[in-house]
Amino acid sequence: MALHETLTDAVSLIRPGITVAIPPEYCGIAMAATCELIRRGIGELHLVAVPQSGLQADMLIGAGHVKTLEAAAITMGERGPAPRFAAAIKAGAITMMDATCPAIHAALQASEKGLPFLPLRGILGSDVLAHRPDWQIIDNPFGTKGPDSSDPIVALPAIRPDVALFHCEMADREGNLWIGRRRELATMAHASAMTVATVETIHDGNFFDDEILAAGALPAAYVDAIAHAPRGAWPLGMPGTYDADGATLDGYCLAAASQETFDAWLTDHLLHRDAA
Amino acid sequence: MSGTSRQAFLIHVLAQLLAGSRRVAVGAQSPIPGSAAFLARELQLGPERITVLGSRRNNDFTEGGRELFDRAAQGRIDAFFLGGGQIDGQANINLVGIGDYPQSKVRFPGSFGSSYLYFLIPKVILFREEHTPRTLVDKVDFISAPGLSEPGTYRPGGPAALVTGRCVFTFDRDAGRFTLKSVHPWSSLEEVREQTGFAFYEPTVVPVTPEPDERSRDLINGPVRAMIAETYPTFATGLVT
Repeated sequence: MALHETLTDAVSLIRPGITVAIPPEYCGIAMAATCELIRRGIGELHLVAVPQSGLQADMLIGAGHVKTLEAAAITMGERGPAPRFAAAIKAGAITMMDATCPAIHAALQASEKGLPFLPLRGILGSDVLAHRPDWQIIDNPFGTKGPDSSDPIVALPAIRPDVALFHCEMADREGNLWIGRRRELATMAHASAMTVATVETIHDGNFFDDEILAAGALPAAYVDAIAHAPRGAWPLGMPGTYDADGATLDGYCLAAASQETFDAWLTDHLLHRDAA
Repeated sequence: MSGTSRQAFLIHVLAQLLAGSRRVAVGAQSPIPGSAAFLARELQLGPERITVLGSRRNNDFTEGGRELFDRAAQGRIDAFFLGGGQIDGQANINLVGIGDYPQSKVRFPGSFGSSYLYFLIPKVILFREEHTPRTLVDKVDFISAPGLSEPGTYRPGGPAALVTGRCVFTFDRDAGRFTLKSVHPWSSLEEVREQTGFAFYEPTVVPVTPEPDERSRDLINGPVRAMIAETYPTFATGLVT
């Protein structure tokens, strides 16, 4: 297993056209790696937001690297709507697979268990379901029998991403990651064929030597590449470690209002990262 | 009104609606509902366990984001708040966009967990401050989550009330219709009629929504502000009572 690589080598596992799972902003977003992907000119990605995204998805869409997007929401949070996402929807530039948060979680859990699908309550009668021909309504096979006793339930096919991409707090020398209680990162890694992670720090030792650290660990068995990227979530924050860079995010929201100003912002941003 | 701010007023209104609900969850970008949950707890109206998404201290999920949904499906959450870019007279909510799907001319973030939680949490309170024919419509352009379901659908949950910047409606799930419950002191029945895009029942006498008393205002000013500040610092600083 190739561990502790450079950012460039780590993201080389992500090739055009593959399915990439990304976490929500409260978990740890691999922004340094995302910029590296944009530099490489990766394209035609099928992005799965688990279950929602913000800056990361909006930037990848603005840079023209997203073909299909599956998400329960894309938002810049308190800063309002995600501008390049909204523009791409209006222009019909991306294929949108609108979902609802628990459906994405459940479809990844199906994959985690090696199951073809999982059923989920709710959703019936919504336009979310109406626009998802890949979701099916089945009758609960364990329901009460008899006339007029059907119990419709939505069956969701497993989502099997090619790569899970995220940023987390620590990696140890053996290639284990420490994710703490951000368990959606574990679900993403379990469900995906490969995991690429960037980390804030390298822990000198093995998490499994310490029961307290072991409880928040994601085993190396699921991890394919790790790059050390301090402040790798910037300009987003790392919960509990550093806050989001509000000024940069404000600047993004202004710039992303049009494609031209977005392009200029992106060029500057990538240069700034090189210099940092 | 005797000098109560609109925010404090709405916090108080939403808090009253949480009466009798022991376990309350508050979703993303919801500073007013979050404050209402804390106020209801301080007033001992019912809420004991409050989960605020985006909080560290008031979020005890250790299984990732899915735990909210798993708890809801098991009946471990009694009340929740939802909003909507559009809400219609049958309590359908639209969090996706305006115009024909998928190429919405105005795109909202997306349905989040609404398509699911609306079915499973017994008391869902709809909150949308903007009360205009643009937000309260006859028929939503996209149903993120339906207000009503076919008979035979597993649905322990659903809409209980709708609070706006002008009034409070309650929702009757059997009738499939909103009833005007009270009008805020700065608005009027005429204004509510004019600004609502759907039909609703009107009581013969329309009460004025009660405003927070001094104790509630003190609580909002003190412990509630302190608790919501952890998740919404800007909101907490700007909160006027």
